[in-house]
Amino acid sequence: MAVTLTINGETKSVDAAPGTPLLWVLRDHLKMTGTKFGCGVAQCGACTVHVDGAPTRSCITPHDSLDGSEIKTIEGVDGRAADAIREAWVENQVPQCGYCQAGQIMSASALLAENPSPTDADIDNAMSGNLCRCATYMSIRRAIKDAATKI
Amino acid sequence: MFLHDIGIIPGRNDSGEAGRGRSQLTNLSRRGFVTGSGLFVLGVTLAGCSTYVEPEVDADAFDLPEAGPSPLTEVKGGDATPTLWIELEKEGKVKITCHRSEMGQQVWTSMAQIVADELDANWDDVAIVQAEGHERYGDQNTDGSRSVRYNFHRLRVAGAAMKYMLIEAAALYWKLEPSQCSASEGLVSNDQNSDTLSYGNLAELAGKLQIPAEGDITLKEPDEWTLINKEIPSLTIPKLVKGEGTFGIDVDRPGMVYAVVARPPQVFGRTGSVDDSAALEVPGVLQTVRLPDATPPAVFNALGGVAVVAEDTWAAIQGRNALDITWRDGPNASYNSESYGEELKATARRSGAVRRSRGDVSSALGSATTRIEAEYYAPHLAHSPMEPPAATAEWDGDTLTCWACVQDPQATRNTLADVLGVDKENITVNATWLGGAFGRKSKPDFVIEAALIAREVGKPVKVTWTREDEIRHGFYHSVSAQYMEAGLDEDGNCSAYLHRTAFPPIASTFVPGLATPTDGEMGLGATDVPFATPNLQVESRDAKGHLRIGWLRSVSNIYHAFAVQSFAAEMAHAAGRDQKDYLLELIGPDRQIDPGKEGAIYSNYDASIEEYPIETARLKNVVNLVADMADWGRNLPEGSGLGIAVHRSFLSYIATVIEVSVSDDGALTIPGIWLACDAGTVINPRHVRAQLEGGTIYGLSNALYGEITARDGAVVQDNFPSWRVMRMEEAPRAFEVQIVPSNAPPAGVGEPGTPPAAPALANAIFNATGQRIRNLPIIGAQGSRLTLPQDDNA
Ligand code: FES
Ligand code: FES
Repeated sequence: MAVTLTINGETKSVDAAPGTPLLWVLRDHLKMTGTKFGCGVAQCGACTVHVDGAPTRSCITPHDSLDGSEIKTIEGVDGRAADAIREAWVENQVPQCGYCQAGQIMSASALLAENPSPTDADIDNAMSGNLCRCATYMSIRRAIKDAATKI
Repeated sequence: MFLHDIGIIPGRNDSGEAGRGRSQLTNLSRRGFVTGSGLFVLGVTLAGCSTYVEPEVDADAFDLPEAGPSPLTEVKGGDATPTLWIELEKEGKVKITCHRSEMGQQVWTSMAQIVADELDANWDDVAIVQAEGHERYGDQNTDGSRSVRYNFHRLRVAGAAMKYMLIEAAALYWKLEPSQCSASEGLVSNDQNSDTLSYGNLAELAGKLQIPAEGDITLKEPDEWTLINKEIPSLTIPKLVKGEGTFGIDVDRPGMVYAVVARPPQVFGRTGSVDDSAALEVPGVLQTVRLPDATPPAVFNALGGVAVVAEDTWAAIQGRNALDITWRDGPNASYNSESYGEELKATARRSGAVRRSRGDVSSALGSATTRIEAEYYAPHLAHSPMEPPAATAEWDGDTLTCWACVQDPQATRNTLADVLGVDKENITVNATWLGGAFGRKSKPDFVIEAALIAREVGKPVKVTWTREDEIRHGFYHSVSAQYMEAGLDEDGNCSAYLHRTAFPPIASTFVPGLATPTDGEMGLGATDVPFATPNLQVESRDAKGHLRIGWLRSVSNIYHAFAVQSFAAEMAHAAGRDQKDYLLELIGPDRQIDPGKEGAIYSNYDASIEEYPIETARLKNVVNLVADMADWGRNLPEGSGLGIAVHRSFLSYIATVIEVSVSDDGALTIPGIWLACDAGTVINPRHVRAQLEGGTIYGLSNALYGEITARDGAVVQDNFPSWRVMRMEEAPRAFEVQIVPSNAPPAGVGEPGTPPAAPALANAIFNATGQRIRNLPIIGAQGSRLTLPQDDNA
């Protein structure tokens, strides 16, 4: 049964099995591969998207529970917080392999939208669910603080 | 000089088909014309009041002798023929081929910096073409921290040779001598009147010219570099922050279906009965494919099992969950890592094969004033790149095309040809971006799976490894046990040093039953020990492998540096001396060390010992530098400590100081890390710092939490958090890296940050708490704090 989703401001009709996580609907059905798979069990944050502005692990979120929600992914996230984060990410050369970074940017931009001047503890809290095996943590911390000064 | 695009004038690039293809440059530059927009952008220079309009260079107007073959096919490092590496488009784009895999080390950027600097290209025009796997590029095996080292010289030559030809072409056009022209930022200038011709405009004419010999080319002096050794921003990051770029797991092909594989839990376990009826009922599941059982040796082959093919990855995973498979035991069914570890430690206590020897260790031990000994143990580790392995395969008759996150597209192609019985010429392997790799993606077993399944299915197939697959079916970093013994004289100086190491070698993955640590592995931190003690012996003991053993970021250096640098601090403690001072004394006077002169078969990371000697002065220099950076010796609060370690690996010298703070109940934090690095010439200091930070945290994460265990031949861990990786809140608050300025030949940077991390941490914990860490992991996946020594007064 087709489900209608609003993703990055566009309406998309999706025909996936009931209960299919949003992650796989994005990646396999809609070919929006910016959102990454890392664990499938809400432990790594690679799959983070925004659902009505809140950072959400798409790997455990059934797509058919999102009717009427506003979904944003790395391909379309915008606004002052997201722009500042992207800019700070480039400025601080944050990504290494970059695989975790869509998730990092989604978590960081949600943090900044909510809390424009986060402390170290706020950053730890908001970002501790996003693993980075390349260990860009120090750069992420720096970049979030940089971005905070710009919004 | 100020260059504007003033307009678009149609090119004349569709005429004159005849006469093309005389040299590779013509071919490739023509390819640019064909694939480009066909439009040529002319430039205008505003110099004073006069306006200069660049004329279009018509290559066909020049009647030139046929160019001979490239004289640059065998320069140091391989083929430096410029057309192999550079394609100039008429519209201005400079396409640089990157034959190494991009996995976060910013190899796209560094390779391009090297080429573009000698080419004097305009950096803004640079675009990267990722090479397919092919011998024409020489070594493409992106591991061993050697992309820069192997390619620095030949890519400079390629860039310089291309520039030479562009200048010659401009001189021809202007009827000048080449010496009357100069090149900069993508333009050749007429030094008489400052007219310019753009590289794109000159490309076709340059393509008709003879490629110069190496002797005709002058490479820049380091002080002339405009891109090399500069902090040029990454070429991948602007794409990454928008979710662009294609990783292995992102590949999409028309009509593609999705597969996951249920693999036997044991290496060489076999598939027994399979009931796939429930799996086939899962919505979206299309079919199952039984893969052939794996047989020794493991090599890079697929592990066997049953694939579930579906309309999306989720359905494939659900289908796999619904499979009912009886696995049959294989030869590794009795492997239990806990008892194996105990045996390995016992093995390391017994004398072994001598791999390097100086003086007479046993008599020196006998006459020592103080004798100390220690045993170190380090478990198997999983690579766990954030992108698990993933590969897509597509057959067209007998022709196979694969896209995958592979570190070595050539080995992938060769293995595919072997396993599938297909002529290599009919196989194309495209390397995508790699979402981390750390050695895992050097092993293309996942690509073999995709090709096997796609052949059965008759459609393009993408195989995705779930995290559970990645952790349970890796090529694991080897488990190790090491025994160390030292004798100190009455002044506390080391008079005898014995290091005995036991671990199943990587070679066991390739040669069944092979159990002797190889010279290569022994040379990663054991036989290359830089200590000056008069009596020294390095020994190895055999150990059998029961998992697939593979190389993981810095390989045997991990456990060897952990033991050697921890033991150095133990000696210092026994002598009642400062860790850093004692370490410097152990290293001893300035000299070059050749382990080969003391019986070691030492490969020095495949580099000549003359070009890349082991220099104790450089080791000591980074120790002193890092001690200054960390303010070594400063007063620290109760429960805090600094620890130091130094290690040469991949031809680079790294010293690390770590500060730890341990609370009364054993909670550990890392306030700061300092690292000094001498890697010779570095291409991009900023990205080098990132690699060293990443390599250090990778080492710390593994030392604190990393442990793969096996029960009845099967790996126990399956996903985060039973395989634990350091998170944001555990990362150090401060991390300072200093790079020693050097014009020495370039060395590695992707791995050398890792080895000193664990011993520096262990030494810091000792200084903070008195607790000596000899077994890894320090905390473990389930733990949250250190187990502190019992306080006698408690
Ligand atoms: S893939 Fe969703 S949290 Fe890891
Ligand atoms: S940048 Fe590679 S995993 Fe984070």
